[in-house]
Order: sequence, then C-alpha cells, then structure tokens
Amino acid sequence: MSVTISSKRMGSEFVKKVKELSGENLNLCYQCGMCTGVCPAASNMDLSPRQVIELARLGMQEEIAESKTVWICASCLACTVNCPRGFDLSKLMEAIRLLTLRKNVDHVKPEQVLPEKRDDIPQIAMVSGLRKFTG
Amino acid sequence: MNLAYYPGCTLKTKAKNLEEPAIASMEVLGFKLEEITRWNCCGAVHSLADDDLIHQVAPVRNLIRAREQKKNELVTLCSFCFNTLKRANLLMKANAEKRNTINSFMDDEIDYSGEVNVVHLLEVLRDEIGWEALAQKVKLPLRDLKVAPYYGCMLLRPREVAIDNVEDPGILRKLVEALGATPVDFPESTRCCGSYQIISDPGVISAYAWNILSSALSHGAETLVLSCPLCDYDLGQGQKELVKKRAEFKGMPIFYFTQLLALALGLDPQVCHFELNYGDPVSLLREKNLLS
Repeated sequence: MSVTISSKRMGSEFVKKVKELSGENLNLCYQCGMCTGVCPAASNMDLSPRQVIELARLGMQEEIAESKTVWICASCLACTVNCPRGFDLSKLMEAIRLLTLRKNVDHVKPEQVLPEKRDDIPQIAMVSGLRKFTG
Repeated sequence: MNLAYYPGCTLKTKAKNLEEPAIASMEVLGFKLEEITRWNCCGAVHSLADDDLIHQVAPVRNLIRAREQKKNELVTLCSFCFNTLKRANLLMKANAEKRNTINSFMDDEIDYSGEVNVVHLLEVLRDEIGWEALAQKVKLPLRDLKVAPYYGCMLLRPREVAIDNVEDPGILRKLVEALGATPVDFPESTRCCGSYQIISDPGVISAYAWNILSSALSHGAETLVLSCPLCDYDLGQGQKELVKKRAEFKGMPIFYFTQLLALALGLDPQVCHFELNYGDPVSLLREKNLLS
C-alpha cells in the first residue's frame, strides 16, 4: 500500500491520543514484523499488526479506522512477549479501540450475542468480550 | 494447611468440573482451599489503557478482601482470574501514583499496596508440594494416556505474571508426568484459542481450534489438558463444527488439569463432573481402564 506522510499528520491529535492512552513510545518499533509473525490472528487481518504500528505513528487515522485489525486482536500478548524492542502492541490496539468505544460507538451490541450462546458461554467470555467491544 | 482461594464467577456455574476436583484433590494433599468471603467478579481482563483505573477497582477489591482476612497469598484456578488479579496486584505494588488514585477512590476500603501474592494452583502443586511428592500420592497412574499440555495465553503472558518459562513452559508437562500419563509436546501449546472473539465472531473460533487440535493430534495426543474455562469452551465449541466439516476428525476430549489430578489421586470420579466436559472424555478413560 502507498501512503502520503506529512509532519502535520505525524503530530496530530490522533497520534498524541494513542500515545497517551497506550503509554507506549511508538518510535521504539523498527518494523521487524515479529509481531505479525507470532500473531495467531494475522491471517484474518486486513492490516498486519506491524502495519498498525507504522500507520499509527504516521497519523493515518482513517486507514486504521477502516481496518478490522484492532477488533480481531484478542489481546493474547504473543506480540508483547516477543517484541525485541519491548513495545507493547496490545496497549496500542487497546488505545485505538478506545478511541471508537469512548465515543459511545459499540463494536458489538450485547443483544447481538445469540440468546442460546448467551446462556451457554462462560461468564469470563461475556465480561471480557463486552469490556473489549463496548464503551 | 489452609490456602486462601478466589474462585471467580465461571467456576461456580459453567466450570464446576474445574473447581470441585481441585478442592477435593487439595484436601487429599493436605491443603484446604478456603474461599475468601465477599469476593466479586475480577473483571475478566486487565485494562490495558494507561488512564483506565476504574476497571482496576474490581480486581483490587478482591485483593483487599484477602488482605482484610489476613491472607498473604491468594490461590486462583481460572487462568483469566489469575491474570487479572495478578496484573492488578503488580500495578498496585509498582505504581505509586495510580495506587494512590485507586486507594482514594475506594475510601471505604483499607489502603492496599500489593501485599497479597496472587498464585495459580499449578504453582502450589509445583512449589509447595513438588512433583515427586505428588507422584507418591498417585493411586491410579494415568498409564498410556497421551496428554498434550495446553497453556493458552493467560498463564504465561505478559512475562511479569508468567507462572513458567514464556517460550518453553513445562509446568503442565511435569504435572502430567507426575500423574503417570504421557505428556505430548506440541508447538501450538501457547497459541491463543481466539478467546472472547467467540462473542463477536464465533465463526473464526473453529479455525483457531483446528490449528491447536490438529497440531496436538499430529504429535500423537489423545487429549488436551488446560486450566482456562474460556479455552475449554472455545476448543470444545470449535470442535462441534470441525467434526461436521472434517470427516477425518472424530473430536478430541479436553480435561481440566484438576480432573486428571483427582482421577490419579483415586478420588470418586463423580467429583470430576465429566458430564460437563465437551466431547466424550468418559470413553477415552474407559478405553485406558481409568474408569469403570
């Protein structure tokens, strides 16, 4: 994919906000792709985990918002424990999700979970899923 | 010896087959799992956002309950609860600013600074009992049962909460050996099962399950052993579709580690609640002469 970068975007409110929410230094990443290599969900993602980091620090908010990647991430932390730079990508993924959820836009509505599933699944699935997918 | 114990919500409903064999087994091993009073939901997942302190309140309240009840250690069984409580505890121990904010928010509670050590029952078996001592207590060695240890995510990640080596864990392998079964190592033992994606995209769960189960099968496993009710659910539910879709796949029983422990210690199999397991664990155990 080709992207146009600009210093304005790189210093945008979006970049400041994801840094603030994640508490992570995005400049640590040197794009080795280890995160993508170890991610069990990468093959389902439209943007790879590595690309999310790069686009986030370039301030490409729209490209990230159009992607499903942060919603496919299950916070398994395989990327976190394997990053050679000590960057915690799970926190960046969470920060990006929260930018949507905190505008009161839910990714999953509780009523969308099928009634038979609701009765069947363990509580930790409902609580954790609704924590991750609702504002 | 009494051990302060935090069960969590799932163990009281969907995962009685994780809890009840644990309590019975520990009694045989000389430990009473003593449930702390007035516990609440742990929150299930650790809050990853730097400014999100309100979601630390639920796990910290549980730690405060343990502290009030004069406990220095809190034993967990569910991998999710273990992870969430331990991460919240580390936060309270290490971050003075956040600790002060959380403590002052909960001004009706005692101040808390991370004094309670959160452990998983597997650590108790390893560190307080020991594999050799455990092996000596085994009355029904699980001979010929080929068991693949499956850790999932929450027992091992992030590094600061890991109960074992993150890259090459061996704690479940050691348990399986101590119980007389044959451990089967496989490369997907720490791969995520899909976790809470079951509520947003249930369709992908069977693909995750296939990656894990087919790998275990191809390495010669007859069953998986685990400690997480969500892994158990995802791998169990995922199998239902796999059995329909793949003629070569006949399903694979999954056990909680506490069920194999209770069985090997010679306890009444009723305490294991095999009826709550997915698939057909009973046939496999009968085939191996481990159940009449």
